[in-house]
Order: sequence, then C-alpha cells, then structure tokens
Amino acid sequence: MMIKLETKSLREAYGLCLVELGKRSKDVVVLEADLGKSTRTVLFKEAFPDRFFEMGIAEQNMASTAAGFALAGKIPFYNSFAVFASGRAFDQIRNSICIPKLKVRICGSSCGLSDFGDGKTHQSVEDVAILRAIPNMTILSPADAVETVMMMEAMLAVDGPVYIRINRNDLPIVTPENEPYRIGKIWELRKGKDVAVFATGYMVKKALEAAEVLSHEGIEVRVLNVSTIKPLDVKAVISHTKGVKGIVTVEEHSIIGGLGSAIAEALRKEAHPPIEFIGIQDKFGTSAKAYEELLEAYGLTSKAIADSVRSLVGR
Amino acid sequence: MEAEKVVELKRVALKLRSNVLEMVGVGKAGHLGGSSSLAEITAVLYFHKMRLNPKDPKDPKRDRFLLSKGHAVLIQYAALVELGYFPREELKKVKTLEGILQGHPDLKTPGIEAVTGSLGQGLSIANGMALALRLEKNPARVYVIMGDGELSEGQLWEAAMASANFKVDNLVGIVDYNKIQATGPIKEVFDTGDIPSKWKSFGWHVIEIDGHDIPQIAKALDEAETVKGKPTVIIAHTVKGKGFSFAENSAAYHNAALTEELYKQAQEELRKQGELL
Repeated sequence: MMIKLETKSLREAYGLCLVELGKRSKDVVVLEADLGKSTRTVLFKEAFPDRFFEMGIAEQNMASTAAGFALAGKIPFYNSFAVFASGRAFDQIRNSICIPKLKVRICGSSCGLSDFGDGKTHQSVEDVAILRAIPNMTILSPADAVETVMMMEAMLAVDGPVYIRINRNDLPIVTPENEPYRIGKIWELRKGKDVAVFATGYMVKKALEAAEVLSHEGIEVRVLNVSTIKPLDVKAVISHTKGVKGIVTVEEHSIIGGLGSAIAEALRKEAHPPIEFIGIQDKFGTSAKAYEELLEAYGLTSKAIADSVRSLVGR
Repeated sequence: MEAEKVVELKRVALKLRSNVLEMVGVGKAGHLGGSSSLAEITAVLYFHKMRLNPKDPKDPKRDRFLLSKGHAVLIQYAALVELGYFPREELKKVKTLEGILQGHPDLKTPGIEAVTGSLGQGLSIANGMALALRLEKNPARVYVIMGDGELSEGQLWEAAMASANFKVDNLVGIVDYNKIQATGPIKEVFDTGDIPSKWKSFGWHVIEIDGHDIPQIAKALDEAETVKGKPTVIIAHTVKGKGFSFAENSAAYHNAALTEELYKQAQEELRKQGELL
C-alpha cells in the first residue's frame, strides 16, 4: 500500500494519496473549487502550496485549466463534488480534456447520495452515465478506502483522463489489502454459482451482506466488485455470468447509463439469464438526516438485493 | 520596426490570406471572415514575435499560439504550412477523412497546441499552460486569440478572473474585435458592451490597437512582455473578411462557400494588393 491507512474515509485516503503522489512526482498539481476541506485536497495544499491552485467556484474554467496544465506536461487532479465536477463541466471535459486524451484526473467527491443532507442539487445520480458516453474516459468507483489507495497508486500511469468517484462517508473495508490490483480488475469477493451480483462503490458491501443472508437459505451468490466501470473488462463479465441463473447489478447511481447499463451492453451478444438493475430509479435524490436512511428510501439495501436474487432463482 | 520588415510581414499576411482562400476553395464552406481578420496578427506572431521550433513542434521552450476562436483555424494552418510544420499537400485535404487538418484545432496537426472550438475554453487552457510554465521557470509565453462574439461565453470571464487572480503575466490575450459575429453585427445580435472596460475591471492591462497595422501589433506584443504581475490583453480592432472586398464587414462570409467567380475575384484582389507592396 502506498500509504499506511488508518482511516475508513475514502476522501481522507484520497487526500493522503494526493500528498504521496505529490512527493513521488513534481508534475502532480491540484486544482480545487472551494471545497478543499471536504474533498481533502487541503492536505495537498498544506504539503505543496505552490502546486495547489484554488480556482474558486468556477468548475468549467477549472476543467479547461487542468487541460492546459496537462498539455504543458503536468498531471493535474481537479476536484469538486461529483455532480459539479462532471455535469457542470461536461463540455469542457469532452472538448478540452477527452478529445486530446489528456492526463487529467477528475475527482468527483461526495458522489451518489452520500451527501445525504444537502439533497438533490448536490447528489450525483447521473455522473457515470454522462462521462461513460465520452470516448477516452476511464471511470473508477472505489468500494472503500483501501481500494481508493490502490487506485490512486495505479492512476498516474493511465494514459488519458480518469474520473474517480469518491463517497463522502466512512465505509466498511471490503477490499483484501494484500491482493494485487490493476485498473480494470473485477474483484470476485465471494464465490457462488447461483446468481452473479455486479456491484460498485458502497453497494459492494451491501451485496456481500445480502450474499451472507442468502447463503443460509442455500442460495450461493457470486459477488463482484466492478470498480472500473470504464473500460469494462467485458471478458470477465461474460465469464462470471456463465452458468448462473440470474444477474443483479447494484449501484448508487441512476439505473440509466451506469453500471447496470454497462453490464447489459457487455452481455448483449451473449445468451444470458435475466438481469435485474438495482439503483436509483430515474429520480433525483433528496435530503435525509442520515445516509443509511436515504439509501433505504431509494431501495439501495442488502434486503433489496436479496429479494432480487430470490426472485431470479424463483423463490 | 524597420520599413523593410513591415513590408515583409505584409507579404506574409497576404500569403496567409491566399492560403486561407485556397483551403476555403470553391463550393465548400469555410471560415473566411474570421480567419482573414487575423492575418496580420498571425503573421506578426508566427513570423516575428514567437520563439518556434518547427522541426520539433513539442520543444518545451516554444511559445504557444492558441485560437480560442477555433473556427478561424485556417489562418493558423496557413502559417504552419509556410513554416514547414506539415506538407503543403495537406491544404487540399483540409476537413477530409484523408487529411490531418480538422475543421477545428486538433492535436493531430503538428503545431496545434490544444483542442478548441467549443467557444470560451481557450483562455482557461492558456492559463493552465502559463501556470505550468511558471512552475517550471520556463520563459516560454502563451498567446491566446479570442473572438469578440466569443466574449459572451461565461467561461471566458471565469478565466479572465483567474488570470488576474494568479497574476499570470506570461500570457497575452488578443481579442479579434471585428464587431461581427456569425449571424450579424455584435451590437445587434448580442451586445457585449464596453469590451476594453470589462477587461480593465477584471484586472487586465489593456492595449487597444488597429489589428491590421503591423507596427502597432508588434509594439503591443513588446509592451505586453514588459507588464509584470498582471495579464495583458490586446484589443485588436479588425475588419472581418479583411482583404476580400465582398467579405469585408459582412457576416455572410463567417462560414460560407465561394462561387467560382468570387474565388477568382478574391485571387485577383490579393494579387493586386501584392503589387501595391
């Protein structure tokens, strides 16, 4: 591991890794849109004030400025909440960054519903869908702090833009610390022959919980962490679905255009069992007093996953 | 600037217009108006002011030329081909599947520095480059040309604030102030008001010039180099379609096709202008 991890916070892990990457390469620069205390780029600012650029609340300018840094040989990381980092700067990401395939790293912090209090304007339910449609883009969605560190370590080498989706809340660790990681890897975190569950982000933990319950009922679920949503390892997706009776995808994102869509696209030329999409059902988010309460309101629970698996196996 | 040098650069500007005309051709649409308004500015930058290395287009020490108004890229191709960045045959293949000259600036083309054309993004990109060069203590400078119609893009003003905030003084903004946008006069289509005052209030050093007067262009670029601690913008008063009588001050040739007759007339007008030099 690149850093000694003593936190379950993905954003803290992200900020600590930025500092480590800053030590490793003088080309790493960080751009922020006045959310540094939350995105944790403040750690990089303290360590490398000359390479930290506070861009103000102007995400479009920040995105194109990052392109300029990359064109001059730097590796810029630009940061904001996921909804603004992606949607507010869509055209800049597309034209300034992705067409020339620049080494810009985009951190979409407080992704999905994880900024539970701030409500629909600050929650990102479409970021993966819109960015996945742009050629040359890599999309990462870590399940926990351990995987965040692994991704950060692997990220400098990626030739082209990368978007990383960071959850706001502390999450339980599901990633085996000592296993090798590469971008594109689909982790098989639990073996099972009956149903394949492809999950991403915090939903991987929910899928593991569902699999545990189902195992007591005699249903064995294969749990797969798809943390690289693009480029998707299509061969691995196909091989993990051979012989199962059903497929479930789980994401803290709209069911339109996200992980579920990517899995369905990957399987389009294969004979495959029914696919159930668990995600946000074409709705905006809303404010809630707690994260788990909000996830429950949107059906993003281990119970929902278990129910879906049961119906796929005919129980 | 010596008189001889002025004449030489005037000839270059004519050659650039001639190259643009060749690329626009007959019966194909092309951005004649906004390309020819930039001929003198492009000539002074590429053939007088900028430190370049056509043999190594990625030379880290090179000055950078960005067209935020990417639709005028024909004028940049016109200069790059003269400097040997790519073979002349490419001009015939502009905007085709076979060529390396895209309809808007693209990194496929040697000498092109950024992908622009979605308007409003060039100054932000230029700021990023300039800040990176400053970090490296690299003396190279960044020149970014914006359209006046383009100034209605909000991102440009975000970037204008950023340049001032970061005291970016290794960058020069140039506004091609030809006062006509794609569908008509700026005053009538979307009035962007007092442009020089806007830049001043955003913290820029502002120089206003005649954008077709070669000594004025050269002098303004020299002056920009002496301004420290703040960015400089040159508001260049220009004529859209300059050099082609039928296209001057007209929105009709922002992006239009030429008939065979007009094409010949345009060639003849350039020839006559050359004789007068």
